[in-house]
Amino acid sequence: MSGRVLVGVKRVIDYAVKIRVKPDHSGVVTDGVKHSMNPFCEIAVEEAVKLKEKKLIKEVVAVSCGPQQVQETIRTALAMGADRGIHVEVSGKDYDNMGPLQVSKIMAALAKKEEAQLVILGKQAIDDDCNQTGQMTAALLDWPQGTFASEVTLEGDKVKVVREIDGGLETIKINTPAVVTADLRLNTPRYATLPNIMKAKKKKIANVKPADLGVDMASRVEVLRVDEPPQRQAGMKVETVEDLVGKLKEAGRI
Amino acid sequence: HGAIWEWGALLKSTTETVLHISIFNSLLTAAHGLSDEQREFQKVAFDFAANEMAPYMAEWDHKEIFPVETMRKAAQLGFGGIYVQPEVGGSGLSRLDTSVIFEALSTGCVSTTAYISIHNMCAWMIDTFGNTEQREKYCPDLCSMEKFASYCLTEPGSGSDAASLLTTAQLKGDHYILNGSKAFISGGGDTDVYVVMCRTGGKGAKGISCLVVEKGTPGLSFGKKEKKVGWNSQPTRAVIFEDCAVPVANRLGEEGQGFTIAMKGLNGGRINIASCSLGAAHACVQLARDHLLVRKQFGETLSNNQYLQFRLAEMATKLVASRLLVREAATALQENRPDAVSLCSMAKLFVTDECFNICNQALQMHGGYGYLKDYAVQQFVRDIRVHQILEGTNEVMRMIISRSLLTES
Repeated sequence: MSGRVLVGVKRVIDYAVKIRVKPDHSGVVTDGVKHSMNPFCEIAVEEAVKLKEKKLIKEVVAVSCGPQQVQETIRTALAMGADRGIHVEVSGKDYDNMGPLQVSKIMAALAKKEEAQLVILGKQAIDDDCNQTGQMTAALLDWPQGTFASEVTLEGDKVKVVREIDGGLETIKINTPAVVTADLRLNTPRYATLPNIMKAKKKKIANVKPADLGVDMASRVEVLRVDEPPQRQAGMKVETVEDLVGKLKEAGRI
Repeated sequence: HGAIWEWGALLKSTTETVLHISIFNSLLTAAHGLSDEQREFQKVAFDFAANEMAPYMAEWDHKEIFPVETMRKAAQLGFGGIYVQPEVGGSGLSRLDTSVIFEALSTGCVSTTAYISIHNMCAWMIDTFGNTEQREKYCPDLCSMEKFASYCLTEPGSGSDAASLLTTAQLKGDHYILNGSKAFISGGGDTDVYVVMCRTGGKGAKGISCLVVEKGTPGLSFGKKEKKVGWNSQPTRAVIFEDCAVPVANRLGEEGQGFTIAMKGLNGGRINIASCSLGAAHACVQLARDHLLVRKQFGETLSNNQYLQFRLAEMATKLVASRLLVREAATALQENRPDAVSLCSMAKLFVTDECFNICNQALQMHGGYGYLKDYAVQQFVRDIRVHQILEGTNEVMRMIISRSLLTES
């Protein structure tokens, strides 16, 4: 086994920012807005680095797709302990339209090229909430997938994954190479330390274009319009249970 | 929309008082003009402040807790000896990097950050003026915060007139015998390593040397813990020497060099304290802004009131001006420029005064709520009030600056 783990990291608007819709409803305002690494991607990086610290794998490669700015996100992964980075250059319209299909094609191509033993991704991004990239990547590679992982254990050439599902926890054992997606409780990401931030400067980030990987960035999805969620309507107080039932019937709820 | 709610809820439950300072209004962002690397340092410091300090700052103040474990966590990230050389365990960063870090940490708790900065100052003094044995003996433990340090200059009889200090250190064989007492020592009694300025020679600055005294040395004792208006997450005590024997090997630098060492330490200390004031002021401007947008009187939010709008604008302007001055002073000190000492004094003077006013006005904008301990703004006001007094009063800063102006070469 190569002992190499690929981790995808996405640059998203920081979770704490108040999102504003653009006046033309084509998307949300991103200019001048604080961006950070997707929190689930942080958890993915942390898990990969932990595996390396336990000496179960040899190298952690952080991958991000997007314009120049995503290098900041890759640097954060390097400061957390990733060994090197790959910046897949996507900009302009291609970047605006980039979604799980394009990213999973890129991740699959890189996983093959890097002979990855594991691909670890966040379960979803907090901007689009797609929850698709991990699953699509596994399908494209025809690899097993352990999604919504709250626990990952390497056992020889297999991976035991405890998954958080609606009914509770499900434990599966899958062969490597495999794709794992990180859920919230998988771990608590570490702070980068000052020395590691400085060491990260010296780590390499390779630049690659989607075309070099044979990936077609054309989107099959067109965003028609973006709106704010509807304003919360005022409620109504009622005096009796009969009133309540009456109002519910009026509203067609029962 | 599950994920962000989930994530936000988890964080909110652990960080009720998180101010999200780092993503505040881009006009006031502390990230302007910084390199990518400095922004990374800043991010770690902001995250640490929001997660590890802000949720506890009120409790630490109220219960007078010296948060040893939290500070050791900070040290693990490299905050224990930020501008100490890496070969003895430090992070080897610049004064500007240091200022950026303390400014960010301060948004989580001014008092704890201020102590961390004093600890850093002591570690730097040993690193810079100590010989190899001293550096190797003390610096690694200080950088990891396995041990904590205190800076001992002020005495009951000598504050601003620091060079008139009376603690004597009489040479007897291979030991100095110390007699005297220090006042208002931050960390005193709870810390392990005391950097003590004492008199080995004649009167004045030239008779002063710098000795490292370890806790547990016979003849070293402490006064009662002082009850303070703020800075309550660090204990303050008198440090008393009664025939306290300290090895000559513990002297930093030469006899008579002590005052210079003390003042050089303070140049950086002044930038650090000013940086702490900056963090507090930034937090308070955000708190005030948020309050103005929410509180309604006379039928509209306070943010529609022109007086308050103008006030907020003034506060924001002074904040940005303060930040620029501190960072310029930090750069000057790093580059060893001839104007560095005066700039550090100017930065300390201007920034601690302006930031106190900013925090105080933010409190006023909160009305009655500003006076309640349920609201963080009063703690920022109480905590940074002392920055106008210690590490050289703002009056002494004026002495330094005017002397520089009037003795033109």
